[in-house]
Amino acid sequence: MRVVSLLAPSVAYLLVMFVFPFAYGVLLSLRPKGGGVSLANYVAFFLDPWQARTIWVTASIAVPNTLLTVLLALIVAYAMRGGIWLERTITTMLVLPIALGTVLVAEGINGFYGPKGWLNQALLSLGLAEPTRLTHNYTGVMLALFVQHFPFCFLMLLGYISGIDPALEASARVLGAGPWAVFRRVMWPLIAPGVAIAGALVFVMNFGVFPSAVLVGQPAGATRTIAIAAYQEAFEHYDMSMASAIAVVMGVCQLAGLAVILFLRRRMAGTGVATMGAGKR
Amino acid sequence: MITSLAFRLTKRFGAKVVLDDLALEVRGREFVTVLGPSGCGKSTALNLLAGLTQPTRGEIRLDGVRIDGLPPERRGFGMVFQNYALFPHLTVGANVAFGLVLRGRGKAEIAERVRRMLELVRLTGFADRYPGQLSGGQQQRVAIARALAVEPRVLLLDEPLSNLDAKLRLEMRGEIKRLHADLGLTSIYVTHDQAEALSLSDRIVILRDGRVIQAGTPAEIHDRPQTVFVADFMGYRNFFPLTVASEEGDTVLARAGALALRGRTVVPLRPGDAAVAAVRPEDVETTTEPPGPNVVRGTVRLTEYLGREHGVEVALEGGPTLTVRLAHPVTVGSALALRLPPERVVILPAEDGAR
Repeated sequence: MRVVSLLAPSVAYLLVMFVFPFAYGVLLSLRPKGGGVSLANYVAFFLDPWQARTIWVTASIAVPNTLLTVLLALIVAYAMRGGIWLERTITTMLVLPIALGTVLVAEGINGFYGPKGWLNQALLSLGLAEPTRLTHNYTGVMLALFVQHFPFCFLMLLGYISGIDPALEASARVLGAGPWAVFRRVMWPLIAPGVAIAGALVFVMNFGVFPSAVLVGQPAGATRTIAIAAYQEAFEHYDMSMASAIAVVMGVCQLAGLAVILFLRRRMAGTGVATMGAGKR
Repeated sequence: MITSLAFRLTKRFGAKVVLDDLALEVRGREFVTVLGPSGCGKSTALNLLAGLTQPTRGEIRLDGVRIDGLPPERRGFGMVFQNYALFPHLTVGANVAFGLVLRGRGKAEIAERVRRMLELVRLTGFADRYPGQLSGGQQQRVAIARALAVEPRVLLLDEPLSNLDAKLRLEMRGEIKRLHADLGLTSIYVTHDQAEALSLSDRIVILRDGRVIQAGTPAEIHDRPQTVFVADFMGYRNFFPLTVASEEGDTVLARAGALALRGRTVVPLRPGDAAVAAVRPEDVETTTEPPGPNVVRGTVRLTEYLGREHGVEVALEGGPTLTVRLAHPVTVGSALALRLPPERVVILPAEDGAR
């Protein structure tokens, strides 16, 4: 009885803040504007190429961006594992974008990479290049997402990697492993679970991209992501039911992405990384 | 089988000198221990030998060939760490096989060698377990097997026993000694534990603040410490600051107030020199002799039951405290006459600063 009463606040919180809105959204999506209870919204979404292709558009941003972010964050975090000169300063600089928020980052990207931005002006004044279009297209969104999610991913991996006993690397070296063998045989198996989690989170954030896709992307075309489609249904066509259906599709896609990442992780970790925490040290 | 490992190493971190020109030649099959308190630079010395850190200055020669330019993976050493450093994602067998796999040995050879190594450290049948499923002692035996599997030219051991409990420590000490002798290893062992150093080593090097204070066989270090620091490390618990009164060959008489002690010197001392007399608790005996040099009287202040003997703290007439070990119990407050045998008292030059 006591356990139940202790659990009650968190259960109530989950019910009110998560379960109810979620269930309400799902139910709403099943009651299309025309009346009745049906899958009409879903059918309409998938039959309309303009809508259905947002899944592809979003994935073509989210998947490569996730891979790029995780890969670069992994490289930088791995290189910093032994501590480097000015580490605190560098970490602070890398982490700053998290504190700034999406809109400010997007503005910054427009100012720096835009057609009249510093980068193009510098390149032009050096006579190095034609003005390059880096914003209000696919590249702009990729840049914005990378700037926002890299620090987060980097911090997560740095924490993960610094948690590995440096003596493991030392003992591998003395046993005959060069730097690459150390990574492949010792460090990677221990880091992989962290990489999977970081990748999963970055993917979910990327797949829900909205402000960046509007502010530095091309929301009417190349970067019309699934979140934009849902927004337009809700606040331009005032079709909350359809918007809910699109949101549910988005959620299913994110879950599918997570499933793939966790499946890969399990296959890679088939050698018993799960026992890692059990070591007595 | 190597015939000699000679090195001379200096390491600075910024302005701090961690290791000041540590020079040593280790012969093949020798067991050398670097002994010192934490922060004395002993682990740094081992990391420099392994190639995990780069020396500020110096060289390492293995059988006359310089190896200090080689990365750790090409030195062919074995190393055992204080916290075992087993790969948690690999089984015991795969841990032991690690170095062999990297050397590209055949499957059958690796399997056979892993089996032999586990047998050597008495862990037959543990090959499929993970390190997390083993006790501390078992993990350290796996670490030793892993280091020995590649037939290292030199075995480096960095405080391998300090994470183990007292009973296991004794057991593993015997195990390391057995392996060193049976396999004809050349070992360099780092510790802060004088008992380990004395029982394992052919030679001990005592390090303090990155400098060698004294080097020699265990018996030399134990019986003839040259400084108060070494004496303290070697279990001399009683120190009395005195002034040398007279000298006669390698014995001197030193006094301070009513206390007069005759003892051996290792470092020559002249009358008038400030000195410190050092004596071990277990070397003091009860006596019926009349008062005189090396005979002191005092009152029992504290007793401690130690099993086979009794630890007793005696407040001497005139102030200083003497810690002794007695075979028979005494009561607190009783008077005691004690003799400090001159052949067991070491008179050392006084050091500036604390001992």
